Amino acid sequence: MKEIYLDNNATTMVDERVFEEMRPYFCELYGNPSSMHFFGGQVQKKVDEARNRVAALLGALPDEIVFTACGTESDNAAIRSALEVFPEKRHVITSRVEHPAVLTQCRNLTKRGYRITELNVDGNGQLDLKELEAALDDDTAVVSLMYANNETGVIFPIEEVARMVKEKGAIFHTDAVQAVGKIPLNMAESAIDMLSISGHKLHAPKGVGVLYVRRGTPFRPLLVGGHQERGRRAGTENTASIIAMGKACELAMHYMAEEAGRVREMRDRLERELTALIPNTRINGGGTERLPNTLSIAMEFVEGEGILLLLSEKGICASSGSACTSGSLEPSHVLRAMGVPFTCAHGSIRFSLSRFTTDAEVDAVIRELPPIITRLRQMSPFGREFLNK
Amino acid sequence: MWDYTDKVKEHFLNPRNVGEITDADAVGEVGSLACGDALKLFIKLDENKERIVDAKFQTFGCGSAIASSSALTEMVKGKTLDEAMSITNQEIADFLGGLPEEKMHCSVMGQEALEVAIAKYRGVEAPKHGHDHVETEGEIVCKCFGLTDLFLKKVIASNKLHTAEQVTHFTKAGGACGGCIPKIKELIAEVLGEEKKAAPEKTAKLTNLRKMQLIQETLENEVRPQLWADGGDLELVDIDGSNVQVAFRKACAGCASSGNTAKFVEQKLREMVSPDITVQEVQG
Repeated sequence: MKEIYLDNNATTMVDERVFEEMRPYFCELYGNPSSMHFFGGQVQKKVDEARNRVAALLGALPDEIVFTACGTESDNAAIRSALEVFPEKRHVITSRVEHPAVLTQCRNLTKRGYRITELNVDGNGQLDLKELEAALDDDTAVVSLMYANNETGVIFPIEEVARMVKEKGAIFHTDAVQAVGKIPLNMAESAIDMLSISGHKLHAPKGVGVLYVRRGTPFRPLLVGGHQERGRRAGTENTASIIAMGKACELAMHYMAEEAGRVREMRDRLERELTALIPNTRINGGGTERLPNTLSIAMEFVEGEGILLLLSEKGICASSGSACTSGSLEPSHVLRAMGVPFTCAHGSIRFSLSRFTTDAEVDAVIRELPPIITRLRQMSPFGREFLNK
Repeated sequence: MWDYTDKVKEHFLNPRNVGEITDADAVGEVGSLACGDALKLFIKLDENKERIVDAKFQTFGCGSAIASSSALTEMVKGKTLDEAMSITNQEIADFLGGLPEEKMHCSVMGQEALEVAIAKYRGVEAPKHGHDHVETEGEIVCKCFGLTDLFLKKVIASNKLHTAEQVTHFTKAGGACGGCIPKIKELIAEVLGEEKKAAPEKTAKLTNLRKMQLIQETLENEVRPQLWADGGDLELVDIDGSNVQVAFRKACAGCASSGNTAKFVEQKLREMVSPDITVQEVQG
């Protein structure tokens, strides 16, 4: 069965051109970029090229790019650095809907005596900037808020947030893992201090990430040892993956217009048709700005895992914000923070598209999902009540 | 992705006995929309009201909840009410070739629905398990899922659960906000304590090798992660009978409260391994 892969916010296919770019750096060009010989030097040149390509996508300077092992490392490094830079400040601001890479770290900080403010979101998953303003004080060391939400695709007004934070003299970090490559960013005209990227969310392999650190932003490394990444991230470079990341960023720039155009149109069509064909649905985050590739749809009286397993039988790969698939038993913390009614919080499914998604694949979901929902509703005591009404 | 057995998948994809029995002799309902799973079970008896001739179900829940409901309806057919009452959640799981531990609460839900249905039929008060957020006997422990101490202790005892994580997997208690996890640990200790009184020789049977394994497992899985959270660590230096020698590392090394930490380690080992364990701090 050929898979219909609509789970691109979880991970993406490595673009074949990206894979070709990295392929020689395992068995042939395996030199260490730090070595003082031609063999390592030629790899150094490719790592530099990758850095330039990432910088170009972000509108950043090459020396503002630090390669890491993943988005989670970038998030951890950014927040820890900010706390070390301001050892006297004991307050951190984040939001209730952050990725665990940020949220877990912040919650752990309470054990070390930090005060954590988790900003609320409204029914659309959007921030209230007045709440942020009220929370910011002279004791705030760092504010970490995501650029776009992984479950709903909701985009926070990050530039406005960054300016507010800078006025208060705190460091501003954003987890932009879901945003980079899907919407244009320009660090040259931004107030963001630090920004995290993950390779495998934009068609590079797993195991490589980037932390953007603005020139002039004080930084303390998480990993110490060698001089790599100008002392900001010790450890021999993951050369092949870094080179892949560079290529992926170059391609992302090329396909940005397609994300905003063709991908968005497919997402919108999927949303329109599913809403028309399946009664009692709601679009999570539907009333605010969202990523062009993400659709989170909540369906009443059914539970997410059953939907995913039946979709999977048809070759369709999606994801749910539901308890039963994620190991936790509550509906996702994101949907809960948004106050999604409990009648449909357990039945939320996320479809996340990519530039490799085709119209035929969208058609398949439109064809297969409605009968699955009917079937599960007929099986569910609450669904039956609803259908018999 | 859950590692479901072929039988779970088969019962999920082709569930038996979905629907309702309009002239059912007994109906049992547990769970709610808010909880994330619910089961409504219908039972029809033969004309002598002795044996179950038909059973049907409606389930709102994940794949294994649907498969467990399907399995349950197949298992009860042809049984007397007493025979049906004696079905345990473990037997439901076994019928399906096993369930992932995180999904055992699905089999517990099946067993509960059956109990409720039969109790209702017999006109006795339905067992109070609290799964459906109604006021119940006993004290509510898990507020998120509305589960009482009586219900949790029953599940802990009948499934021989040892950790709070297991209790979450079997009942969902503690799986949301986590606020009741300390209380769940107390309940486990209570149940274990009651069992020990009943069978005091049980722990004595631990072989030395098994004891050493248990000590190491407990240190790795229960103790060290807690120390790491505070920037500390420990190393196991030696085990001499029931005397466990540890050396503290990182933030724990030379920490003024390392005596308390040693006490914590000892308590943990006594609870998880054997009550005669002593912990000694050594420089290593």
